[in-house]
Amino acid sequence: MSISIQSIRKTFGSYTALEDISLEIPNGSLTALLGPSGSGKTTLLRIVAGLEFADPGSGKILFHGEDVSEISTGKRGVGFVFQHYALFRHMTVAENIAFGLSVLPSGKRPSKHEIRDRVKELLGLVKLEGLDKRRPHELSGGQRQRVALARALAIRPKVLLLDEPFGALDAQVRKDLRRWLRQFHDEIGLTTIFVTHDQEEALELADEVVVMRNARIEQIGSPQAVYDTPRSPFVYEFLGNVNKLTDTSGSHQYIRPHEVEIRFAAECDPSTDELGTIQHLFSAGPVASLSIRLDNGSFLDVEISRKILDEMCLDQKDRIAVKVRS
Amino acid sequence: MSKRRVIPGFGMSLGFSITWLSLIILIPLAALFIKAAGLGWEEWRELLGSPQVIAAAKLTFGASAAAATVSAVLGLLVTWVLVRYEFPGRRLLDAMIDLPFALPTAVAGITLCAIYAPNGWLGEILASLGIQAAYNWLGVFIALTFIGFPFVVRTLQPVMADMGKEIEEAAATLGAGRWTVFRRVVFPLLVPALITGFTLAFARAIGEYGSVIFISGNLPMKTEILPHLIIIQLEQYNYEAAAAIATGMLVVSFSLLFLINLLQRRIDWQNR
Ligand SMILES: Nc1ncnc2c1ncn2[C@@H]1O[C@H](COP(=O)(O)OP(=O)(O)OP(=O)(O)O)[C@@H](O)[C@H]1O
Ligand SMILES: [Mg+2]
Repeated sequence: MSISIQSIRKTFGSYTALEDISLEIPNGSLTALLGPSGSGKTTLLRIVAGLEFADPGSGKILFHGEDVSEISTGKRGVGFVFQHYALFRHMTVAENIAFGLSVLPSGKRPSKHEIRDRVKELLGLVKLEGLDKRRPHELSGGQRQRVALARALAIRPKVLLLDEPFGALDAQVRKDLRRWLRQFHDEIGLTTIFVTHDQEEALELADEVVVMRNARIEQIGSPQAVYDTPRSPFVYEFLGNVNKLTDTSGSHQYIRPHEVEIRFAAECDPSTDELGTIQHLFSAGPVASLSIRLDNGSFLDVEISRKILDEMCLDQKDRIAVKVRS
Repeated sequence: MSKRRVIPGFGMSLGFSITWLSLIILIPLAALFIKAAGLGWEEWRELLGSPQVIAAAKLTFGASAAAATVSAVLGLLVTWVLVRYEFPGRRLLDAMIDLPFALPTAVAGITLCAIYAPNGWLGEILASLGIQAAYNWLGVFIALTFIGFPFVVRTLQPVMADMGKEIEEAAATLGAGRWTVFRRVVFPLLVPALITGFTLAFARAIGEYGSVIFISGNLPMKTEILPHLIIIQLEQYNYEAAAAIATGMLVVSFSLLFLINLLQRRIDWQNR
């Protein structure tokens, strides 16, 4: 189900949380809403879900070409996963997952037997077999998040909306779940939007990244496109490590750590290079990270291959030349 | 090997708690029992079985249970409004909830009586509808509801505020209507706090004296409450009889509260 967001505005009192947002989300894609805290990601997601309504007189939300702006959340057929799970703690895992089916009007409600089968199927899908009798407080954070996901999927939603789904989890679990979500998405092809403020997560997971800032969309594109050709300094800085160099005329220049070239101080070419001192040096795996203090006072993060580092026999406090101009 | 505890000082705090508990609660209670034991078994039976005491007990426990039940329902509604909606005067309403706590009970009693008596300004309206709201069961019930209601609000409020909107929103996205959300999600989570509020209101109502005796009118066999019978005995220097009635009240109250507690534990355990 494609989603079309057309010039949506949202204000809270005098505060503008979303300013004329338009966005097309193709059917079956996995889209990331990426941006710093307070940029309006959650607000946008909640408006798509029908948990919040755009300002009267502003734009529309279309699902597969059909205007759903006035339809209540329960009738939109969205699966929503909250950052803090929002599980029903007085119900078992199975009851949580079955909730959406059990509240259907009696004519449409599946039989007890069918519900049980569906719950079982979903438990398998999110890899929680055998935990159906547990209560939420008896689960780990990652397990709770998957129960929340299964609960959202039980109603066979037309779109899946995830608000910082991995926000409250530790790094290892995040990585596992991220991989699982990507695979899961590829298998069932449900149109999915997820919110994150972690650029790595967005770039690694999404088909398309929507970078938001101050209630506006800053850039939309594939992960490669937004990383390689950021449209503004903000996007450049927000997506991954970047060095910001200010030259004597006061203009800025951005350079990613792995794009920096280094050579021995003796080989310095004053027309393109700056001299500096290695402040810190660390290598894990094939990449070495150097932190260099330039003589003009600015710092530069540099990534080079371990092999080059070893060949050059570099160490802390060594003088070095860095190519910063072409 | 004894079980290791994470929170230190268990032994000491338990010691302190028990000492204080004994000093402020157990010793006076024991004194009460000893006093009551001054009466012989026959006298006990006669006193507690007398029609006047039975009638007063029925009124006290019956009206208290009814008042606590109505307080629970009303309290649930009011708390809902206080926690979930933003409206002008909300803070004022919130502060007013505590008034019955702060008001000297005799003042509350006189005020209620003045309002609900047949010539009072609410009583007049009710009287024209053929309802008498003072000097009868209804009057006692009104006073006890007034006194018990804040307990329910104040126990529910933090729980409801803590619950957050998210689980209701989650239920709504899953297709549940407003009523279903309340019935299947919100209410079950509030039940333990609701029972606590009910229990507090109930316990308070059983022992309530000041706010009831004016509006009740103290008609023997009709609108006399147990605490009033105790006072009558005291006024006649009949300390042993007073202690005996008090003991009877205590035993019944304690059994009821204990039962409610058991019930709550079961629900709590299920809900955890
Ligand atoms: N109900 C509300 N009332 C008033 N202001 C709100 C409300 N909800 C959100 N806002 C404001 O709107 C702005 C955007 O909020 P939103 O929750 O969409 O940010 P976000 O991008 O999700 O941030 P985060 O990454 O911290 O979750 C914030 O400045 C927030 O304070
Ligand atoms: Mg957010």
